[in-house]
Amino acid sequence: MARIVGVDIPDNKRVVVALTYIYGIGRTTSVKILQEAGIDQNERVKDLTADQIGRIRSIIENSYRVEGSLRTEISLSIKRLKDVGSYRGWRHRRGLPVRGQRTKTNARTRKGPKKTVAGKRKAPGKK
Amino acid sequence: MGRSTKKGPFINEKLLKKIRSLDRTGEKRVVQTWARSSVIPPEFVGHTIAVHNGNKFIPVYITENMVGHKLGEFAFTRTFRSHRSREATTKRR
Repeated sequence: MARIVGVDIPDNKRVVVALTYIYGIGRTTSVKILQEAGIDQNERVKDLTADQIGRIRSIIENSYRVEGSLRTEISLSIKRLKDVGSYRGWRHRRGLPVRGQRTKTNARTRKGPKKTVAGKRKAPGKK
Repeated sequence: MGRSTKKGPFINEKLLKKIRSLDRTGEKRVVQTWARSSVIPPEFVGHTIAVHNGNKFIPVYITENMVGHKLGEFAFTRTFRSHRSREATTKRR
């Protein structure tokens, strides 16, 4: 039932894993935070003392962009690309891959589920 | 892999010189260039640069937000062709 920065309530998991439930924190940052706080990675969240949680909280609040502010930062930089009229912004607007990937096949993450185009019907057999 | 920081950003020297001389005379003129790979330095802000896209020159007005991007990012090299929309297809039938 620990609440760290906003709404995140991970519990019953090892702290390293639990911290990754926060948007903007992955395994690497999680390990770094715990090292700085001097907490064992394998500790379960429910076994942490209030003091330890407080330490984690202050480290995250002071030195990481996380959750809402990270989301706004990302959307702002995408918006900047769009406003400035760059190629990357244009790709964002069209919902196509931005970093030069192929689009002949794949790119389904960006393009969404397949939209089948009614193509050529199978040529009728000879005779 | 990115470019070594030791070298700093790649800026087309000739273009930069031209822009500087424009600044000195206070003259505003569209400069044509093929240097798509050149990074936009702060000096370019407020100028219009015609960037070649392989076919013709695309005029690009440089704003503050564009600093750090490359000139080529603003002059597209491909024409976008879309497929006919659903409605248009059904109407035709």
